[in-house]
Amino acid sequence: MKKRQFTLTALCISLIGFAAPAAAQKKYDPGASDTEIKIGQTMPYSGPASAYGVIGKVQAAYFKQLNEQGGVNGRKINFLTLDDGYSPPKTVEMIRRLVEQDEVLLTMGTLGTPSNTAIHKYMNTKKVPHMFLATGASKWNDPKNNPWTIGFNPNYHSEGKLYAQHILATKPNAKIAVLFQNDDYGKDYFNGFKDGLGAKAASMIVSQASYEVTDPTIDSQIVTLKGSGADTFFNISTPKFAAQAIRKVSDVGWKPTHYLNQVSASVGSVLKPAGIDISVGLISMQYIKEGADSRWDNDPTMKDFKALIKKYAPEVSQDDGNATYGYAVAQLMAHVLRQAGDNLTRENVMKQATSLKDFQVPMALPGVLASSSPTDFALFQTMQLVKFDGKSWVEFGKPVAVK
Amino acid sequence: METFIHQVVAGIATGGVYASLALALVMIYQSTHHINFAQGEIAMFATYMAWTLINAGVAYWLAFICTLLLSFSLGVLIQRIIIRPVENAPVLNIVVVFIGLLVILNSIAGWIFTYTIKAFPSPFPKEPPFGLYFISSHELGSICVTMVLLLLLYSFFKFTPLGLAMRAAAQNPDSSRLVGIRVGWMLALGWGLAAAIGSVAGMMIAPVVFLEPNMMSGILLYAFAAALVGGIDSPGGAVLGGFIVGILENILGAYVIGTELKLSVALVLIIVVLTIKPAGLFGKVIVSRV
Amino acid sequence: MSSHLLSSENSLPWIRIVLGLIVACILPFFISNYHVFQASMVLSYAIALVGMNILIGYSGQISLGHGAFMAIGAYTSAILMDKLNIPYWMTIPIAAFICLVVGFLFGLPALRLEGHYLALATFALAVALPQLLKFKYLEFLTGGVQGIVIMKPESPWESLFGLRLNSDRWLYFFTLAITLVMFVIGWNLIRGRVGRALIAIRDQPIAAASMGINTPMYKSLAFGVSAMFTGVAGALSAILVAFVAPDSFTVFLSITLLVGMVIGGVSALTGALYGAIFIQFIPNIADQISKAAPWAIYGTLLILFMYIMPTGIAGAIRLLGEKLRISRF
Repeated sequence: MKKRQFTLTALCISLIGFAAPAAAQKKYDPGASDTEIKIGQTMPYSGPASAYGVIGKVQAAYFKQLNEQGGVNGRKINFLTLDDGYSPPKTVEMIRRLVEQDEVLLTMGTLGTPSNTAIHKYMNTKKVPHMFLATGASKWNDPKNNPWTIGFNPNYHSEGKLYAQHILATKPNAKIAVLFQNDDYGKDYFNGFKDGLGAKAASMIVSQASYEVTDPTIDSQIVTLKGSGADTFFNISTPKFAAQAIRKVSDVGWKPTHYLNQVSASVGSVLKPAGIDISVGLISMQYIKEGADSRWDNDPTMKDFKALIKKYAPEVSQDDGNATYGYAVAQLMAHVLRQAGDNLTRENVMKQATSLKDFQVPMALPGVLASSSPTDFALFQTMQLVKFDGKSWVEFGKPVAVK
Repeated sequence: METFIHQVVAGIATGGVYASLALALVMIYQSTHHINFAQGEIAMFATYMAWTLINAGVAYWLAFICTLLLSFSLGVLIQRIIIRPVENAPVLNIVVVFIGLLVILNSIAGWIFTYTIKAFPSPFPKEPPFGLYFISSHELGSICVTMVLLLLLYSFFKFTPLGLAMRAAAQNPDSSRLVGIRVGWMLALGWGLAAAIGSVAGMMIAPVVFLEPNMMSGILLYAFAAALVGGIDSPGGAVLGGFIVGILENILGAYVIGTELKLSVALVLIIVVLTIKPAGLFGKVIVSRV
Repeated sequence: MSSHLLSSENSLPWIRIVLGLIVACILPFFISNYHVFQASMVLSYAIALVGMNILIGYSGQISLGHGAFMAIGAYTSAILMDKLNIPYWMTIPIAAFICLVVGFLFGLPALRLEGHYLALATFALAVALPQLLKFKYLEFLTGGVQGIVIMKPESPWESLFGLRLNSDRWLYFFTLAITLVMFVIGWNLIRGRVGRALIAIRDQPIAAASMGINTPMYKSLAFGVSAMFTGVAGALSAILVAFVAPDSFTVFLSITLLVGMVIGGVSALTGALYGAIFIQFIPNIADQISKAAPWAIYGTLLILFMYIMPTGIAGAIRLLGEKLRISRF
């Protein structure tokens, strides 16, 4: 009797065992289910960096629309974005809430170098995907020690190097002045720039000035930089100060070769307020399409974006570079989730994100492809130099491979 | 040498910015004996009102005058509705109310107008004055406007009966009531005038620093320092204080300590000044004898 | 401000204290780790607010820059742990001592400044300190703009009386213990000679001086002691968050501490707790009420609190208590 029961049970179990793989294809970690995928985010919606809050707003709108169109593989995206006021302790608190209380599957696009530094170890210890950080600091590309963190922005360090190499190639005797924001982001760019100039850094950089985010104006810094007699200017500043710098450089009658960091290379939010006419000739780097660029007026993704803004986030300006950036990140996230299919474990999501092969994010510039591998998490391997011609940023030269 | 002159002139220009907001702080102090931390945000909000009008097609000077009137009314309303209930509360409670006001105005401005920077037009010509590049026409013009404001404020408090009544109401409300001064309305008037002055400051500042909700936060500290260095009850002192702070900041940053520490050093110097002259350079020292 | 030494302050409400302690001790086992973390943060803020109350409430000197002392305490702790491998619990008294000295030294020149001028000086301190922390010649110590990442301490025991202890719970008890110690110190100070001297100096400075109270000494001491409390709070917060950076200690922190103190109320100890709960949780609640303009909600709440409870939450509760006591007759 017992033996028969045993055999029957064993038979059932083995049958289930065969059937199991078919059913077990749906694998979930906390935050994922048959009906939804929870994504967490912290964004500075208030405080000194609140201008970047637009990114979160656009992403929320994107996911809202995506849900209305059926979601990702039939699941709705539950996008939880919280304000951290750009204060690291607050970021820690909000991220802990998202991970431990709301149990999100992953975080996306958390913004700010100090904010992300504060949660870096936590996310990797808890093994929660810390994805597509909205910062270009070099330290996020560290697959060996922090395999759960993957950045998005092209590296600030590499971008600084890019400009340095361009100067060495086109103007080897240039006298360079540098303006930089006195924080992690500014110093990262500056260090990359200096590394790019190599041994000639000390002799070529004739003047440098920093500013604080709390400074009202940077007029004094520009006066100092001009007074050094420099003929080349590397402007490492965030949008508001970049606009001030462009304006002041023009006002004091200084006409250097002006390199502007990508962070502030938005026609709508920086060049227009500063003055389109005085912005002609600016050199920068671009990798995302811009709303103010008439080249993309008939581009399907741009049209989708503009319609989305109009319907779901009318207070956002279409010309805001942050807006299209946020859209691009959301697009990539949606793509990665689609690739994960029904295997929504954190491990698999990371696997999909770290095995992209030349993926063209629709909102990125054509030819700017996202690739990643288990040993290299940097998404964008090439950078394109652009120059402002009075209407839009025009590419010149070939995309440069950056490391 | 040329750069040095340029730095000094640039310092005077930014100093003018601090001076104009410092005037608003002095105004509010002279009429209420409180330093209003929300003054910068009221000025910012007023500037947004001006921006809205100009964007809707209204001519600059008309928008300017409308904004003056609107901000005056806003100041009066704030005093009557929000400040009056805590008028006689301990100082710290009033400070917290100011902070609350600051935060509310900042948040609402961010909500309605977003945090993206906006260009604000200047009424002054674009070409630099007399072909000089040390200073733009706008900066020169703003300094002139600040001086005009200073003159108006000074004459108002010194020579008009209304100004005298306001000062009396701030210094000694009880005795003022006894002589027939409507203290409540004096306070409201003080707030209205301070808001109006603040709006002028905002409209002069915005073309330089670009309009955004956090526009005034950096400036407020400097304006505060300027007003105190010059003497919180002296409009002339506040303006002079503004120029001093502006020049000091620039020279320190460019020649002495570098831009990375100039804020700290400038503030330390101001504190040193205050320890030597506790009531500011032109303030009146109040001696209480027992 | 009226005198704080009501008769009820001289005798401790033992029942309420014991009850409170029991609740505090069993709390971490009933709530999630995230909430335990928040509770620990509340306790550290409470210590800071006691410090502020000693300075502002009792000695009548204003400070808009106490965030700077939190930063000093936090960085002291972080540097000691990161560079010198000193165990976290040892960094607390060291941070306390350093802040006591720094606060006292700051209090000396501050003696000459009154009211608004002192406010500006402390405000300047709060603004200047992040710059100093980022200063390149101090980078080897402070980590500059990158800040310092600390290893979060692990619990030394797996379980206590059969209840599981993890890092968060352990740190909570650690914080609770420090909070109790600090509160006892604060209580003794306020109730004793120092407290009375400070009140005398605050209310009647000239009379106090003529009675032989060394006014400058006491006032500077008040600064030092209050800095010590806030420094301890900073050191604790550094350990809890496991990260320090200049961006963690902006002017906004100083303003928040001031707000917490006033909202919490005039009673130094319970007021500090209420204030700490307010500044920790109300921004989160405001965020849930309105995603569009949460700080407008926060600001409105601040103003409403000032209208309805001018003596702070602690004051309002005391008033309520008195009303209930009277109405019993």
